[in-house]
Amino acid sequence: MPSSVEFRNVAVGPILHEINLRVAAGEAVAFVGRSGAGKTTTLRLVNGLVRPTSGEVFVDDVPLAQTDLIALRRKTGYIIQGSGLFPHRTVYENIATVPRLLGWDDSRTRAAAEEIMRKLDLPIERFGDRPPRSLSGGEQQRVGIARAMIAGPSILLCDEPFGALDPIVRRDLQDAFRALRSGVTIIFVTHDLAEALRVAERIVLFEGGRIVTDCPAAEFPAQPLPLVQRFVAAASLSA
Amino acid sequence: MTQEIVRATVEHIVIVAVSVGVAIAAGIPLGIWCTRHTAAGRVALRIVDAIQTIPSLALFGFLIPVPLIGGIGMRTAIVALILYSLLPIVRNTLTGIRGVDPIVLDAGVAMGLTPRQLLREVELPLAMPTIVAGIRIATVVGIGVATIAAAIGGGGLGTLIFRGVAMVDTRLILAGALPAAALALLADVVLSAVEKKLIKG
Repeated sequence: MPSSVEFRNVAVGPILHEINLRVAAGEAVAFVGRSGAGKTTTLRLVNGLVRPTSGEVFVDDVPLAQTDLIALRRKTGYIIQGSGLFPHRTVYENIATVPRLLGWDDSRTRAAAEEIMRKLDLPIERFGDRPPRSLSGGEQQRVGIARAMIAGPSILLCDEPFGALDPIVRRDLQDAFRALRSGVTIIFVTHDLAEALRVAERIVLFEGGRIVTDCPAAEFPAQPLPLVQRFVAAASLSA
Repeated sequence: MTQEIVRATVEHIVIVAVSVGVAIAAGIPLGIWCTRHTAAGRVALRIVDAIQTIPSLALFGFLIPVPLIGGIGMRTAIVALILYSLLPIVRNTLTGIRGVDPIVLDAGVAMGLTPRQLLREVELPLAMPTIVAGIRIATVVGIGVATIAAAIGGGGLGTLIFRGVAMVDTRLILAGALPAAALALLADVVLSAVEKKLIKG
């Protein structure tokens, strides 16, 4: 079941100011902005990796202060640049992490791993027993996606997940990601507008720790703000 | 003679094994504690560091008048060796845990590992090659320092060396020195192999 996420008057030190935003259950939102604009900090507020200095974050209308963060994190997928795979565990063990924390039995974990790995073009027979370092960057990131999605999360937080990949692998992974995205609320941080338009239906633009634009993806390129137009220009060059 | 060498060697191994064992049991938790309490950890490390700089014979000397742990004999030797072995183990535990890729830790926290699970499943396994390197240094140094323990009646291979020196008997000196050197080399080779195996995973 997808969850709703809401920020009410959230500030984080000097980094974020007056963030007010509601992401409906099942919505896919991209946070766009330049480096240091506050998008990653906003993302990390959702699973409590960062706590607000004022205001509050709500998941399914429950304030995070009254939420069991460990339980919330186990149903919140988190995909980051560089994947963050456990280097001392095999691909299968990495993917099975959250099911293990949730106490699933082996056969259920195995079945879920096989399914998600097949969808991501990572056949378990070929990849299951390998150490992450023997995989290419794109394959590692697929494992990262599988690890985040195996237990059917309510929220999926993605922080520049495809940032370090070459453009072709990047496009492949965006497509694989799009195919998987139903039934979950997605917040996707990227500074690549073309990527944002591919993976999300709504775009929130950050600048200087504030939200400056929030609109449906289709309407974003037509926004008159100069910063929007600079992103549009940059994206059309690289698309 | 052979019997005496064997007895002294066994005694030597026992002294080092007990002291390094205790130093591991105390040093790894202390190292972990230092990673969690940065300011206090720095003080703890400074103290352990200071102990290490005291010359071994002087440290034995300091311990002799201390009630309960002091006096002449093996017990004092073991206490001194424990203190010596602490530094490499504490420091390497700290370095090893601090060296874990922050992205990996971030992912672990975000998947809902509790702090205890993060320590047991991620930080300690990834720090283990560095911790074993600390244990190796503690063991090799301990085997050397333990020979000096004979000066305060600690037993071990140093007994043969000191007696050989007093009697100007080269054979007796070598009877203590050679097994001590061999033990140190052996410990180094074995623990290096463990370290390599851990790095390869």
